[in-house]
Amino acid sequence: MSCCTPGVADLARSTAESGRQAAGGAPEAIPETVDVTPYVQTDPHGRHTLALMVEGIHCGGCVKTIERALGAMGGVESARVNMTTRRLQVAWRGAVAEGGAMVQRLGDLGYRAVPYDPERLSDDDSRQEKDLLRAMAVAGFAAANVMLLSVSVWAGHAQGMENATRDLLHWFSALIALPAIVYAGRPFFRSALTALRARRTNMDVPISLAVLLAGGMSLSETIQSGPHAYFDSAVTLLFFLLLGRYLDRRARGKARSAAERLLALRSGAVTVLEADGTRRVMPADQLQPGMRILAAAGERIAADGRIVEGTSELDSSLLTGETLPHAAQPGARVYSGTLNLSAPVTVEVTAVGENTLLSEIVRLMETAEQRRAKYVALADRMARAYAPVVHALALAAFLGWVLLGGMAWQPALLIAVAVLIVTCPCALGLAVPAVQVICSGRLLKRGVLLKSGTALERLANVDTVVFDKTGTLTLGRPELRDTDADPLDLRAAAALAGASTHPLARALARAAPDAPVPEGVREEPGCGLAWRDAQGNETRLGKRAWVDAEAGPAGDHDGPELWLARPGQAPVRFTFDDPLRSDAAEVVRALQAQGKQVVLLSGDRAPTVEKVSGALGLADWQAECAPGQKVARLEQLVAGGRRVLMVGDGLNDAPALAAASVSLSPASAADISQTAADAVFQGERLAPVLEVLEVARRAGRLVHQNFGLAFAYNVVAVPLAMAGFVTPLIAAVVMSASSLAVTGNSLRLGLAKTATGWRERSPNPSPLKGEGGAHVRQGVGR
Amino acid sequence: MSVLIYLIPIALFLGLCGLAAFLWSLKSGQYDDLEGAAHRVLFDDDENDRNDRSPG
Repeated sequence: MSCCTPGVADLARSTAESGRQAAGGAPEAIPETVDVTPYVQTDPHGRHTLALMVEGIHCGGCVKTIERALGAMGGVESARVNMTTRRLQVAWRGAVAEGGAMVQRLGDLGYRAVPYDPERLSDDDSRQEKDLLRAMAVAGFAAANVMLLSVSVWAGHAQGMENATRDLLHWFSALIALPAIVYAGRPFFRSALTALRARRTNMDVPISLAVLLAGGMSLSETIQSGPHAYFDSAVTLLFFLLLGRYLDRRARGKARSAAERLLALRSGAVTVLEADGTRRVMPADQLQPGMRILAAAGERIAADGRIVEGTSELDSSLLTGETLPHAAQPGARVYSGTLNLSAPVTVEVTAVGENTLLSEIVRLMETAEQRRAKYVALADRMARAYAPVVHALALAAFLGWVLLGGMAWQPALLIAVAVLIVTCPCALGLAVPAVQVICSGRLLKRGVLLKSGTALERLANVDTVVFDKTGTLTLGRPELRDTDADPLDLRAAAALAGASTHPLARALARAAPDAPVPEGVREEPGCGLAWRDAQGNETRLGKRAWVDAEAGPAGDHDGPELWLARPGQAPVRFTFDDPLRSDAAEVVRALQAQGKQVVLLSGDRAPTVEKVSGALGLADWQAECAPGQKVARLEQLVAGGRRVLMVGDGLNDAPALAAASVSLSPASAADISQTAADAVFQGERLAPVLEVLEVARRAGRLVHQNFGLAFAYNVVAVPLAMAGFVTPLIAAVVMSASSLAVTGNSLRLGLAKTATGWRERSPNPSPLKGEGGAHVRQGVGR
Repeated sequence: MSVLIYLIPIALFLGLCGLAAFLWSLKSGQYDDLEGAAHRVLFDDDENDRNDRSPG
């Protein structure tokens, strides 16, 4: 991105702001001061530090804007944005409460900031990642230098090097290799010990054995001035395995930090109305029953409760899949996650924590997850079968040579070690992580965020795809139907509609974006909009009954509608529906052409679902599904031996997402659904579903090829090693060659062209850059 | 061949210098924000800006 000039930064900022305003975030919706005190850390010198996750950072310009704005505040010593993780570290002297002012300043600039506890959040993870990197650096240094010395030894063999020189080189190798093994081998030794203590065996057991035995044997050979030293094999092995481990850890860490961001951003601040009329802002998870909370128009209601004041329209499409907003008066029950559309309401909290609808959904989700057979990663499954075989072969070689071959135990042990070294699972340790990293990087570029390490493997053999309707197959927001209404009528209606955040009004305003909004438009919650001109004539836009349009043309449309009534003119009707994503039909057809069964499960009413499934050519559909029913259907499919991909966005889909073999969710989905899903995709199109499946299929094929390659190497090398023909030279060459071959094979994926050609048609070449902002805009704007 | 006695230690010492430099850069957090660093080089901290940050 080359938008680092202040001008563009301002533009990005104002876009973010207008996005927020369009999303209904009226100025009063921004909390006055957020209480961040619990997150502020103070050192003995009176310096406060605060860590924030910032949403909406797109480019270097944003970084500069934020750092300058905070730097200009009094007492601030440093403000530093990490653009990779979108986190901000700010340090200041003075009052602790200044932190709240900083969050507010960021809010004014258009960036939403959420404090987090850096100790708790993934710090452990990055520490381990650094540990691995350090171990890798040491192993790499040792491997390069020992290999240099070994090459001299091998060349010396041919040119008649003196034994004394060879021993000297061996001693140098020992000096480098042994400390490196002790330092860089710790991750493997630790894991192997843990496994052995639990009376299990994992891949790290043969690795540790091979490295330790090779090191020990080589040392004893060196002491006895023998020819066989395996120092180079031991450290090269460590280096390659650490590389694989590091890639794996990084892919997982990225996935986890994405999930954590989602979780942290969910816990937004709530405005609480105290008994004495003052307002206080607190985190949603500290609410108590009986408290009164304010929900401005355009805000999501933060807790289950009952409306005590205000009349508004509520959009519960994320909860139920229902497209139409419904009116709510004082006394009506509301649920956390509902979007408040037209007017501010005061809600008395009736349930928190365990008793809310959200927790009910989470419970359903968790039980579904528990019932689902735990997926074991392919590499782990291979390792379980592989480790005992390797041990048995090495033991057999040792015993065979000692008992049957009549060999002394030292050379026999050397042969056993050679077997362990050549069978060492570089393919398992390196090939799978390499494929994973390349695939997730590739998908990330196309706006698909993989959240689970095993998602690709599970996606690779999907044979059934289940879709949700609202927000998944459809855009999840009403659009004005192609209407034959007079353009002048449309302009007049759009002008009024521009003053409201109601989804129907916004759809109208989108249809005629340049219509000027008149002053003094009044919004009647649950009814519509009214505007009085200078002569006192009232123009009304709203419900049929409210605008007195009974005389107008009869309605044959079952979807939402708005009526425009002007003094002295016949009322005009505008109809809306929730349009399909532009490529929904194409994607469904492509999936069916691949022989996959496609199912539609929706919480919406039957006529609507029937119409959509008819338009898409889907025979298998079910309407008015409760979350439990969706789970039941999915479990029935899974029990029938099908591998099911669930694509859904609503809160009501979250349990089903957890029950499916693997799940996808659009970035506009409810937070909890994004948390439950294995991958999240961006954009207005459905094509990423196809792309993900295609990439996963290719990744699966590559991983299997890699295993095949590694197996072929072993078939050749193991008999040689058992027969005692493998010298340190052959062991080192075979091992490195097989590692390089599988890595090279994995890298092919990075070169391959996209199969679906989606990239060319993608509206936004780098959607993830705007991930946070897009998420908020879509999430709140529905 | 006796030249090896000091050539190898020199080679190792140079290698160790490289390793130490890498470990130092890792420790000082130079790999924490690879994306941001690419943009930061383009910021120009002009005079006004510095005055803003540290008055006096």
